[in-house]
Amino acid sequence: MPITVKFFARLREELNLDELQITATNGMTALDVWKKATSQSALPSKILIAINQEYAAAESEVNKDDEVAFFPPVTGG
Amino acid sequence: MPVYLKNKAFDPFQEVQIQQKRLEENAGFAKYGATAIFIGSMRDFNEDQKISEMTLEHYPGMTESALETICQEAQSKWPILDSLIVHRVGKINLNDSIVVVAVWSAHRGAAYDANRYIMEALKSRAPFWKKEQTPEGVKWLETNTISE
Repeated sequence: MPITVKFFARLREELNLDELQITATNGMTALDVWKKATSQSALPSKILIAINQEYAAAESEVNKDDEVAFFPPVTGG
Repeated sequence: MPVYLKNKAFDPFQEVQIQQKRLEENAGFAKYGATAIFIGSMRDFNEDQKISEMTLEHYPGMTESALETICQEAQSKWPILDSLIVHRVGKINLNDSIVVVAVWSAHRGAAYDANRYIMEALKSRAPFWKKEQTPEGVKWLETNTISE
């Protein structure tokens, strides 16, 4: 099943990647998506995750056509 | 309870005035007795470093919905009549306004408290990221300052 993966800010620059599509399998979590999208690298501490533009945990399961985003702590305002 | 993202410099006082006029037209004149306004502007220093320029990245879609959720939360916690958030994105120059949060209520307590709540929630949850230009080069701000 297709999943869109997005990276923002410092993470986007470090990975040199803003968006990609991956094929996920049933039961895959956001952490599994991270590993697949970044060639099995460890998820850095403090990185935040959103699924379909809502905050989610690394253990959250993903579904078909989900948008999974990874980004550093937010610094707006 | 509008939320606007602006990629150009804006006048926060004008934004508040425009929304206040709307409130008067929609809710009827003289329903509110208190307007609390917070404006955040770009300084020329951070963590003892000089800053000459800043870029604000955001997550289109999620940023707007996070801000709207925060305003709804404020409305469920305090008896407020209306709120407004305007936030800059893109390249920002010294003295530019970064954010304005305004809250209208019958009394000052709710207006002050809801305004503070919206601002603190925005700082901790809304997906914006600041990248600062310092004499040593460009760097991403790692974390927001705690409220001081």
